[in-house]
Amino acid sequence: MSTEEQTERLLKAWETPRGWRYWSAVNNSEVGLWYTLTAFAFFLFGGVLALIMRIQLAVPDNNWLTPDQYNQIFTMHGSVMMFLFAVPILEAISIMLLPEMMGARDLPFPRLSAYGFWCFLIGGIFVCGSLFFGVGPRGGWFMYPPMTTEYQTGVGPDIWLLGLSFIEVASIAAAVELIVGALKCRPPGMRLNLIPLYAWYILVVAVMILFAFPPLIAGDLLMELERALDWPFFDADRGGDPMLWQHLFWIFGHPEVYIVFLPSIALVAMIVPTFAKTPMAGYGWIVLAAVGTGFLSFGLWVHHMFTTGLPGITIGIFSAASEAVAIPTGVQIFCFIATLLIGRVTKSVCLLFVLAGLATFIIGGLTGVMVAIAPFDYQAHDTYFIVGHLHYVLVGGTIFPIVAGFYYYYPFVTGKQLSERLGTLAFWLMLIGFNVAFFPMHLSGLWGMPRRVYTYPGGMGFDLPNLISSGGAFVLGAGFVVLLWDVLRPKGKQPLVKRNLWNAGTLEWSGQVPDKPWGIRSIPIITTRYPLWEQENLLTDIDEGKFYLPDAEEGLRETMVTSTVDAEPMQCLRVPGPTFLTMFAALFTGGVFIFSTYHWWIAAGISGLLSFGTIVTWLWTGTALIPEKATKDVGRGLTLPTYVSGPSAVGWWAMFITMLGDMTAFVSLVFGYFFYWTVHDTFPPTEFDGRSVAGPGVFWPLATIGLSVIAWGSVIAARHLNRRDRPVGFYLSLTVSVTSAGLAAASLFWGPYANGMDPTHHVYSASVCVLVLWTIVHLVVGVVMLLYCGARRLAGRMDATHDADIVNVTLYWHFLVLTVAMTGCVIGLFPLVA
Amino acid sequence: MMTGSIRKHDESRPKPIRDRLWWVVSAPSLWALHFLACYITAAIWCEKASHPEQMSFLYALITGYSVVALVGIAAVGWLSYRNFRRGDPPLPYDFDDPQDRTHFIGFTTFLLAALSGIATLFTVLVFVLVGTCD
Ligand code: HEM
Ligand SMILES: [Cu+2]
Repeated sequence: MSTEEQTERLLKAWETPRGWRYWSAVNNSEVGLWYTLTAFAFFLFGGVLALIMRIQLAVPDNNWLTPDQYNQIFTMHGSVMMFLFAVPILEAISIMLLPEMMGARDLPFPRLSAYGFWCFLIGGIFVCGSLFFGVGPRGGWFMYPPMTTEYQTGVGPDIWLLGLSFIEVASIAAAVELIVGALKCRPPGMRLNLIPLYAWYILVVAVMILFAFPPLIAGDLLMELERALDWPFFDADRGGDPMLWQHLFWIFGHPEVYIVFLPSIALVAMIVPTFAKTPMAGYGWIVLAAVGTGFLSFGLWVHHMFTTGLPGITIGIFSAASEAVAIPTGVQIFCFIATLLIGRVTKSVCLLFVLAGLATFIIGGLTGVMVAIAPFDYQAHDTYFIVGHLHYVLVGGTIFPIVAGFYYYYPFVTGKQLSERLGTLAFWLMLIGFNVAFFPMHLSGLWGMPRRVYTYPGGMGFDLPNLISSGGAFVLGAGFVVLLWDVLRPKGKQPLVKRNLWNAGTLEWSGQVPDKPWGIRSIPIITTRYPLWEQENLLTDIDEGKFYLPDAEEGLRETMVTSTVDAEPMQCLRVPGPTFLTMFAALFTGGVFIFSTYHWWIAAGISGLLSFGTIVTWLWTGTALIPEKATKDVGRGLTLPTYVSGPSAVGWWAMFITMLGDMTAFVSLVFGYFFYWTVHDTFPPTEFDGRSVAGPGVFWPLATIGLSVIAWGSVIAARHLNRRDRPVGFYLSLTVSVTSAGLAAASLFWGPYANGMDPTHHVYSASVCVLVLWTIVHLVVGVVMLLYCGARRLAGRMDATHDADIVNVTLYWHFLVLTVAMTGCVIGLFPLVA
Repeated sequence: MMTGSIRKHDESRPKPIRDRLWWVVSAPSLWALHFLACYITAAIWCEKASHPEQMSFLYALITGYSVVALVGIAAVGWLSYRNFRRGDPPLPYDFDDPQDRTHFIGFTTFLLAALSGIATLFTVLVFVLVGTCD
């Protein structure tokens, strides 16, 4: 077989679909690019909203906008920037870059990324669109109840809650993809100590997303239940407490700040060594910083609630943690500065933005340490000082590094370079504009100007700083216009850049110019941190197909799965190709959320059924396929299995990670239950509002646990029997588990129902009912999964050796039985000891 | 350089815990547990105790948690310190050698243990300095 023919075949397998079919692409390069552009478009939208606000605030007593319009605009500005730009763009960039940095052909679940992208696009348009109909949310980006429950009756908050939950699901999907990608799709030899720093950061961030977003989703669920069905979670008259929302929101919200900051810093960690022409100093220290920040950032949330009258001790604990997080944050910045000092730095626009980002972030960090001290925060809370602080952190920590990333990676994507001249102009406009716009906000804040006001009276000392701010904002905006022009201007005549034009050391620059769709010609063996600098002949050997998987004999898309710590080859993974299924699945899933906003339950139900059907089709035809041969020669004398199940399989990891996130959401709901217990003298109450408060009793919750344990046991038995190839036993235990799971769901429902629990009566009833609801839904999903496995075996798509489906479903059931046990004990037994 | 001893992954080959990924996050996890335990205990104490101002029982609990957490973190730190000190392979440690990997995990875990120790002490300090529910 000649190399040319191999090349042909490989190209054919990875070919990007053409024409209108282009939109069925699922490869990380296409999806990553669409994702990035979409997120950037939302950024521009958010930026225009910001400028509108600055026009309104430029002069005192301005009535260009009505207060209601202003409320919608600042809410939308904050929400768009945080949910539709900052998080998605970082996931987008990672989807595009991570596989290339690790010499992988694609991420392990390309269709999942595509699904996430379409969800993001649909949800984003829906949320932003509300503004044009004057029905946008008005509660600020953190949507505090009771304002958003009792005082806002329009659909605004529902759009926010449902639209953004929908997008959060997409974010979690991307997180699962990136975690599995970073852990299992590295090239052979790339041990933990050789991973590009970017991948370390993304790993940390993806795990953070997994634990940070579910509490918010749980909060969204509670608030939507209150708004749609009148379950009084945040209604103080019926025992609810708005503080629970604040907890759930900020358990998400503070890590969020680091979720958007760390991946930008990850870009910096790739750019700095290239322009310093030397490996990053203190690799281990940077990993320390990334992991340490990831952890500590979960211990800070209460610093957003210092003014709510919490106990002194609580405030102290969180204030201390807020100061501690400055240590790892500082460490990584020192490493960057050290690297720049050791190296021979070449000047470039890219580096200018990096430096501006670091400097700006440090200023924001200093004001951050100030507001983390509770007494200072009592003064600054809800003033423009906070607006100044948060933009220094966000723009310095996120925007400037991303712009640097644009300059750095633009040639990687398009083969053309952005103009250094225009770049310098954009840089100065942005840097000056930013400081002129945001520095005065610290002053007006300290002088007493509250945030979120649509106007202010003249003569209070606010006139001048606001005028200056508005002027600066437009200079900043001009900087972005220059950038945008540079990105979009036609570059037909401009020559292609040379390969690896920055002379970088990491693998993503191994691509040819113009780039080929296969990700990499052959998957290399990695023995150093900067392979392009330190491994001789690497590019030639890659190009000549001397490494792994240089061919696509079967015309299938393939990449390699390796072990977590040492990246030893484990599997030749077939990844699926283009499909429109993911787009339809996203459309229908979107329908469920969007129709629910308007309480069009029938339409939502139909959409839900369609989405279910599409997703099952997608799984049925695209996952855990039985390969035509059990092993495959991947080159260099290495033979790898084409099918694996259990903990070596990427699908198992995806299930495990997803369920960790799912458990986090569930634990947040349980936290709610106990939160209400702490704030009430008697919980569960015996009587409320003249009626006695019913509970679920003890028997039915315990019966549920018993039945679920039986179901779980027979799932495990089914897995064993399948592996031993005993079909009769397999179907039998499947039937037992489906039946007992059904009975478990029924008995869980029966307890509260027979005792006459009314979820709208008191928050106790509501918190029991939400746990019951959550658990029943999970039982139903568990049953559906079992039926799916039965059907797979019947259809011959699963057998004794190809059992990934039932193995992954068993894993789901481990988590499920834990959920049921916790629910049963909390609602059934805790009232006895309370 | 196309060497590198690439061999297939073998599940059955034993791997010491100190060569596993989760070893890296063990110290910060101890911090997290300690942090949560302190926060939850204090929150329940301040809301539910009949005499929240008499803090001796609370203090006993917190002291218990802190001793456990700090001893655990110190042990992780010490084991990791030995791991990256042992044998002194030549610097730098950034190549494809199992020893380099062990050294890296040891070093990073050691640093994380130090950070977690400091952060845990910060929490303890709050109880020493603030010591009130008001
Ligand atoms: C393009 C330049 C920007 C300008 C001129 C700007 C301007 C503003 C202003 C004036 C406010 C205060 C609204 C008020 O309290 O009445 C605000 C709030 C906010 N901004 Fe920006 N902003 C910009 C960029 C960003 C970016 C890049 C992010 C995040 C990545 C961001 C996130 C936020 C958030 C979260 C709020 C709080 C919204 C709320 O109070 O609910 N902004 N911005
Ligand atoms: Cu915070």
